[in-house]
Amino acid sequence: MAGAKADAPPGAGTSQAEEGGGAASTGGGLTRRELFQGIGAAAVVGGMLGDSRRARAATGPGAPEVLGPGKVPLKLTVNGTERALSVEPRTTLLDALRLELDLTGAKPVCDRGACGACTVLIDGDPVVACMMLAIDAQDGSIATVEGLAEGDKLSPLQQAFVEHDALQCGFCTPGMLMACTAVLVQHPKPTAENVRHGVAGNLCRCGTYPKVVAATLAAAGTGKGG
Amino acid sequence: MARKHTLQAGYDGHLEPITVNLPDGEPEPWDAQSKLRIVGRPVPRLDAVAKVTGRAKYTQDITLPGMLYGRFLRCPYPAALLRNVDVSRAKALPGVKAVWTEKVGRKLHYQGQEVAAVAATSADLAEEALRLIQVDYEQRPFVVDATKAMAADAPLVFAGEKLPDAEDAPPAGSKVTAKGNVRGTVENEGDLEAAFAEAEVIVEGTYRTQVQVHSALEPHGSIARWEGDELTVWSSTQATFGVREQVAAALKLPKNKVRVLCEYMGGGFGAKFSAGPWSIVAAKLAREAQAPVKMMLTRHDEQLCSGNRPDSVQWLKLGAKRDGTLVAIHLKSYGTPGVGTGAGVGGPVGALYKMKARRVEESDVFTNTRAAEAFRAPGHPQGCFALEQAMDELAQKLGMDPIELRKKNLQNPVQVAELERGRNEVPAWKDRGGKLSATGPGPGSGDIGGDVRGDIRRGIGMACGVWYKFYSQATQVEVEVHKDGRVEVKNGAQDIGTGTRTYMAQITAEELGLPLEAITVRLGDTNLPVGPGSGGSITTPSIAPTVRAAAYQAGQKLKDVAAGLLKVPAGEVTLGMEGFRGRTKTMTWKQVCARIPGDKLTVVASRAKDYQGLKDRMGGVQFAEVEVDMRTGVVRVVRMTVVQDFGRPLNPLTAESQINGGVIQGVSYALFEDRRLDRHTGQMVNPNLEAYKILTVNDCPEIRVVMFDVHPGFNNTGAIGLGEPPTVPTAAAIANAIADAIGGRVRELPMTPDRVLAAIAEARGEKRAQATPGADQGSDQRKAP
Repeated sequence: MAGAKADAPPGAGTSQAEEGGGAASTGGGLTRRELFQGIGAAAVVGGMLGDSRRARAATGPGAPEVLGPGKVPLKLTVNGTERALSVEPRTTLLDALRLELDLTGAKPVCDRGACGACTVLIDGDPVVACMMLAIDAQDGSIATVEGLAEGDKLSPLQQAFVEHDALQCGFCTPGMLMACTAVLVQHPKPTAENVRHGVAGNLCRCGTYPKVVAATLAAAGTGKGG
Repeated sequence: MARKHTLQAGYDGHLEPITVNLPDGEPEPWDAQSKLRIVGRPVPRLDAVAKVTGRAKYTQDITLPGMLYGRFLRCPYPAALLRNVDVSRAKALPGVKAVWTEKVGRKLHYQGQEVAAVAATSADLAEEALRLIQVDYEQRPFVVDATKAMAADAPLVFAGEKLPDAEDAPPAGSKVTAKGNVRGTVENEGDLEAAFAEAEVIVEGTYRTQVQVHSALEPHGSIARWEGDELTVWSSTQATFGVREQVAAALKLPKNKVRVLCEYMGGGFGAKFSAGPWSIVAAKLAREAQAPVKMMLTRHDEQLCSGNRPDSVQWLKLGAKRDGTLVAIHLKSYGTPGVGTGAGVGGPVGALYKMKARRVEESDVFTNTRAAEAFRAPGHPQGCFALEQAMDELAQKLGMDPIELRKKNLQNPVQVAELERGRNEVPAWKDRGGKLSATGPGPGSGDIGGDVRGDIRRGIGMACGVWYKFYSQATQVEVEVHKDGRVEVKNGAQDIGTGTRTYMAQITAEELGLPLEAITVRLGDTNLPVGPGSGGSITTPSIAPTVRAAAYQAGQKLKDVAAGLLKVPAGEVTLGMEGFRGRTKTMTWKQVCARIPGDKLTVVASRAKDYQGLKDRMGGVQFAEVEVDMRTGVVRVVRMTVVQDFGRPLNPLTAESQINGGVIQGVSYALFEDRRLDRHTGQMVNPNLEAYKILTVNDCPEIRVVMFDVHPGFNNTGAIGLGEPPTVPTAAAIANAIADAIGGRVRELPMTPDRVLAAIAEARGEKRAQATPGADQGSDQRKAP
C-alpha cells in the first residue's frame, strides 16, 4: 500500500480492489470477466459440482464453449416448474432466482459460500446458490423455500419451525429450512447430531440454533415433546 | 383525574401491596394476581408464516420499477487526505445514472470511510463503475491500537478538529478530561482511600476484551425513492423514526415529506439506529438519477465499517472485609470506540454491588477505525467479564462460596433469589454439595481442580448481570375497530425479530376479549403513530402498555355504544369473551361493532408515565458448565443455565428465543469473535464471516432458561424489556467456569485455546507460554491504565 497515489491501470480498479474485498480485480490488471473467458467458466464451475450432477463438459478438442458476455437464454426447473430466463452468464443462481424470478426467499449475506443463507436444493442436495452460476443449474431440479408449502398448507418442517419459534428476524430461516429439508430426506428419523451436521454451514446471529434442531426433530417425530 | 389503585408487586414469596396513581385513560394494571388468557401464553409469532414461506420481504428483497443499485467506494487507508476524486470515466460508463463524491480536501479518518458512490442499472455495473474512479489519497500518520494511541507522541486522530460529541452526558458530578486522543471521565462515590484503608482483603487484576462486530445477516442498507418532493426510504433499521429525522435533516426536508418503511429486517443488535450514508447518499443519488436507488452494504463493508463494540483494558481493584462485605472498588479502564464514542464499561461496577466507596475512571481512546455503535448492552459484557472474575477471586481468597459472596453484596434482592433458584437448577452444582469449592484452585496454586476425565476437565462458574428499566414516552398506539368487528393495532416502530408484532396482538386480544385471529398489527411505517428505536431494551416497555391503554380506551368507547343498545348506564357494561354484558342481557362483539357510528372507531393512546413501582433494576444470573481439553486449550460450553427476570413475560415462546439469542452471542463473544487489524497497515484482516467467527450450531451449548417472574408495578402490563440482560454475564460465567476447570484464570477475550493453555501453564507455575504473535495490536506493550 505504499505510495501516495492509487494510480492503478484502468480496469484494475482503485485501492478498493487492492484491499481484496468484494472487487474483482486480480491485481495484475486482469478482470474477473477476462479471467473466466480465458479458462472457461464451465470448466471452473464443473469442478465444483458433485457426482450427482452432470458437469457441463467442454466441447471439442480444447475449445471451451463461450457464452456471453451479453445475456444468454436458459431454462431453470424451480419448484417443479420450468422457467425460461435470459441473463448474463456471470449471473449466480442466487441472483437469477431473486432478481429474475422474484424468488427472494434465499438471501445474499456473504457472497462467498461462508454462511448458508442462500441455501437451495438441487436434486435434493443443499448448495449455496451464491457460489453457482445460473447456467450450470439447468440440469437439475431446484427447490427453494417458496416451494415447501402446498398452497397455504405448510410442510411439517415449516409448521414445526412456526410452533417451536425456530426463527427470530427470519433472515437465516429459508437457508435453514432447505438444509433441514435435506437432512430429513437423508435421515427420516434423524438424531440431533444429524441435524446439527446438516445446518453446520448455516449461520444465525439471532440465536435460533437450539430451536431449529428441536423443530426438525419434532417434524420427524424423533424429538422430545413440543 | 388520576385515581389511586393498589396492586400486588414483587416476586414469589415477596409480594407487597403498593398503591399507584393511575393516569386518565389507563386500565387497572396487571399484577401478581392477574389471570390472563392470551398474554403470557406461548403464542407463535404472527409473522412466522411469512418468514418460513419466504414471503417476508426485507429491504434486501425489495425491487422497485426502474430501481438502480448503489455502491460505495471507500478509503482503504486508516488516515488520508482526499486530494482528488476523478469520476469522469465512471460517469461515462453506460448504465451509470448518478455519482456522488465526498468533498475534496476532506480528512479521512478510517478504513472504509465513504469517498464516492455510484448508482447504476445493476450491482455488477455499479461495482465496475467504482473501479473506474481514480482517487488520489495522501496517506497520513495513523494509529489503530488504543494503547499506542495514548502515547504522548501518537498521531492525533482529530488534529485541529472537533472531537465527536459524547453520546451520553457524563454522570452528574463526574469530571471530564480530554488530552490528545483520550477523553475520559472520573466518577467518585464516597471516600475511596478511607474505604480501602478499611479493607482486610484486596484483589487486583487487569482484564482485556476485544472489538466485537455486530454481524447481522442482513447488512445495513436502504432504498430511496422520490415522488415529487416527497421521499420514501425503505431501510433495514432499528429506528424508523430516527432514520426519518436524520434523513429529513440531512436533506433539509420537513419531516412530513419523508416516510420510512421497515416491515421486516434481518438483525441489528444496536448497529442500525442511524440513517447513515446508505440512506442519505442513496437519496441524493436517487434525486440526481430521477430513479429509486437501492444501497445495501457488501458483507466486506458490513464487517469492516458499520459499527462495533469497543475493546477494553480494565484494571480493577476490590477491597472487602474478611466476612465478605465489599467496601471499595476502583476501576480504571479505556478502550477504543474508533472515531466515535462509547467505550465506557463501568455500568456493572456501579449497579451490581453495594459498597462504601467507588471510583470509576473511564476513557474513550480515539483511533483511526470506524466508529463504534451501540452493541447489545453497551459496556456491560465487558464490565462483567472483569468484575465477576474479580468477585470469584475474592471468594477464593476469603475461602467463601462465590454465591454467598454475591448474596452478601448484591443491590437487587431479586438477584439474590435468582441465585438461590439457579443453584438448585444446576445439577453439577448440586453434585458439589451446593457449593463451589471454597479452597478451589487459584492462579498459581499449582493445584489443578475441577472434575478429571482424562485430559478433559469440567468446570462450573456463575456470574451476575444487570440491566435497567428504560422506556420512551414518545410512543403512541392507534387501535381501530371496524364495523365488521376487525381490529387493527398500529405503531410506526419496527419488529427487529424480537416478537413485538405478536405481543401487540396478544395484548389487544386480551383487553377486548377477542381471539388472536381478530387482530391485525401494522408496524414499521413512520406514517403510523410514533414509536421508539429498538434499543436499550425499551421497545416492549414503551409499546406494550401503550397498546393496552389504546385497546382499553377503545373498549370503553364501545361500552358506550353497547350501553345504548343494552339500555343500561355505560358504567354497568362489562366486556369479556362473551361480548358486552349489561345486567341480564349480552350482545356479541360483532353486534356492537355493527352499530359503530361512521366507518370505524379510532383511539390513539400515548405512553403514560411509569408509576412509581419497585426497584428499576433488572437482574439475571447465569451458570456455565464447560469442558476444557487440557492438551489443546479448546473450550466447549456444555450448558448454560439462565435465571432471568424481565417483569411479566408477555410471550414465553418468543422470550425464550430472545434469551437464547443473548446467551449465544455471549458464548460467541467469549470464545471466538475478534476484529483483527494488520499491525503495519492498520487495515482489517477479517472483514468476512469465515475469519470473523460467529458461533455455529456445533458450538452451541444446551441452554436452560428459567424465567423468574417479577411484578414491578411500573406500568399497566408489568412488562420490561429483555433484549440486553441475557447477554451481559455470559462471558464472565464462562470465564469463571474455565477457572474452575483449569485452576488458572483467563483474563482476555476471546478465550482462545492459546490463552487457555497459557493460563494452564501459569497455574502450573511454568514459564508463561508464548501468546499468539501479534496478539493484538501490541499487547506486549500494553500497560495497565
